[in-house]
Amino acid sequence: MTKPLEPLTRRNFVKKGCELAASAVLFLGILPMKTARGSSMTTPHNNDSDSPQYDWEEHLYAFLVDTRKCIGCGICVKACRIENNVPEGFYRTWVERYEISERGEVYVDSPKGGQEGFTPIEPGFKTTKGFFVPKLCNHCDNTPCTQVCPVGASYSTKEGVVLVDSKRCIGCGYCVQACPYASRYLHPVTKTADKCTWCYHRITKGLPPACVQACPVGARQFGDLKKEDDPVRKVLATERISVLQMEKLTKPNCYYIGLDKEVR
Amino acid sequence: MLASVNYLFPNDLHIHWSLMIVMYPYITGLVAGAFIVSSLYHVFGKEEFRPIARLSLLTSLAFLVVATCPLLLHLGHPERALNIMITPHTTSAMAGFGFLYSIYMIILVLEVWLVFRIDIIEQARGTTGWRRRGYQLLALGVYDTSPEARALDHKVVTVLAAIGIPAACMLHGYVGFLFGGIKANPWWSTPLMPIIFLFSAVVSGIAALIIFYQVAMKVRGEEIDQPCISALARWLWLFMIISVSLELLEIISLAYERAEEWEVISELITHQLSFSYISLQMIIGALIPFILLMTTVLLDRFLHPRVRNSLTFIAGTLLLIQVMAMRWNVVIGGQIFSKSFRGFRDYHPHFLEREGVLPAILLVIIPCVLLYLFHRVVPMFGKRTDLSQG
Repeated sequence: MTKPLEPLTRRNFVKKGCELAASAVLFLGILPMKTARGSSMTTPHNNDSDSPQYDWEEHLYAFLVDTRKCIGCGICVKACRIENNVPEGFYRTWVERYEISERGEVYVDSPKGGQEGFTPIEPGFKTTKGFFVPKLCNHCDNTPCTQVCPVGASYSTKEGVVLVDSKRCIGCGYCVQACPYASRYLHPVTKTADKCTWCYHRITKGLPPACVQACPVGARQFGDLKKEDDPVRKVLATERISVLQMEKLTKPNCYYIGLDKEVR
Repeated sequence: MLASVNYLFPNDLHIHWSLMIVMYPYITGLVAGAFIVSSLYHVFGKEEFRPIARLSLLTSLAFLVVATCPLLLHLGHPERALNIMITPHTTSAMAGFGFLYSIYMIILVLEVWLVFRIDIIEQARGTTGWRRRGYQLLALGVYDTSPEARALDHKVVTVLAAIGIPAACMLHGYVGFLFGGIKANPWWSTPLMPIIFLFSAVVSGIAALIIFYQVAMKVRGEEIDQPCISALARWLWLFMIISVSLELLEIISLAYERAEEWEVISELITHQLSFSYISLQMIIGALIPFILLMTTVLLDRFLHPRVRNSLTFIAGTLLLIQVMAMRWNVVIGGQIFSKSFRGFRDYHPHFLEREGVLPAILLVIIPCVLLYLFHRVVPMFGKRTDLSQG
């Protein structure tokens, strides 16, 4: 029934051996390519056909939130939802309202992520201090989320943007647990992790993120630290700034002006 | 800080790690626990465990077979699951799972095969037709039953059981590390977590074996070996004391340090988890079995076998509930409070859903059915002298 096996001569042995070695080299060569950050289809790279001049080595982005300017209109949240088709009930960005009394009582809320704006409330105490805090992914340098991704679907780009390759994500949710800022969620349709990308599709074309463009008061600013005359770069260099949950040592690239101790 | 306001980060409305992630450490815990009991016999020569040596090994295997199921049911893209082994991201704790699981599976299957090899050969020789075929297949073409071969088997089993202990500890301690390594979550982030998981795994393993053994003997109408039950009770008592002490230690140090997170965690324990933590994990699941086992151990000489059986059976059942509650409190409890530290959400799994109650029940029933099937294929119990290797 079966074909009789060729006698294993020395010549055949050497030949098969070489074939095996060649296959092994080929396989091991492919492996690192596969483990590299995503496939060329989903990962940004230097020769993006849409923006031929774009080189990710030439940029280092930073986000600046001036909480003193935010008026809580929620346009940014809406703009983000439209721009990125964010599913209802999930947020790539949101705005929090804080009301604090003289005695340190705190009221915080963010109805619908603040996307419809805020209506006046009665916190049950006399508010002496009130402000809004826009939140988004901090695109940390020392990212807890990409660290825990078991397949490398979450990664940081050279320009300091933290992205998710949804074609690679297995939907385990570990990154969602690891993010101290609750910036991530599992997308109900794609079943993969999803988060703010700083509108990567826009910034690589030289446009600001949708939320920055939509903000009527300039509370959200986006900058490129590799540009000499960048306004955000200047603020970071000269003003007193802070980041969220500094003690977690995640090194956020999203900076804040006017944070209060009650904000985490 | 918490008192008046219930503010959750908007994305924190959803619990992403569901009941299935509660079941996953529960099942791997039973795997590791049962294996460690079998190693007490195979490696440390605890003769009193001979009657359950085979049962414990097969219990470990039965639960190991389904251990990946809760994870696959949980993953958003189970079809990509193997990527954690094909393209592992080395900085991720989770990437180790596939490898640890595979290594442990190989060790366990090898050990099981070697322990049951002689019985398989005897069956292959003593049966006819398709049954014979099946046993021949299981024998893998090796029919050497000489005393030398048996001696070699015994040696290899001892080595495998010895390697198996760190492998089982890794497999389960690692599950604890998955949680313990998350600095974003103060309820999880402690180096104690892997150790707590490990000891509670041993507790659940011994408890399950007490129950399986007693039920099997009842069904077979055989006598329950009392020295075995006494020994199980002693070990269970020891391991539950260590396990519960560690669980308490974690809370006590959090409370004593009065760190920022204690405010939210104290509220979590006393309100959201008051039933599953205080009532189940600490009182019904720990204090009561502690008393029952203490009675069994200290008054061992005076106990009638039926009393001893009942006491250990009840303690075993309660401790299985305790470990389940502990897993629930860790996994779900860690997600009930928002990372805003200012609010809580709720989680009630549905009965019929992919990650619901029914799949969870099936995940416990299927290994029991598997165990019964194993029992039909190879002798799991028998008179002491019958078991050539045990």
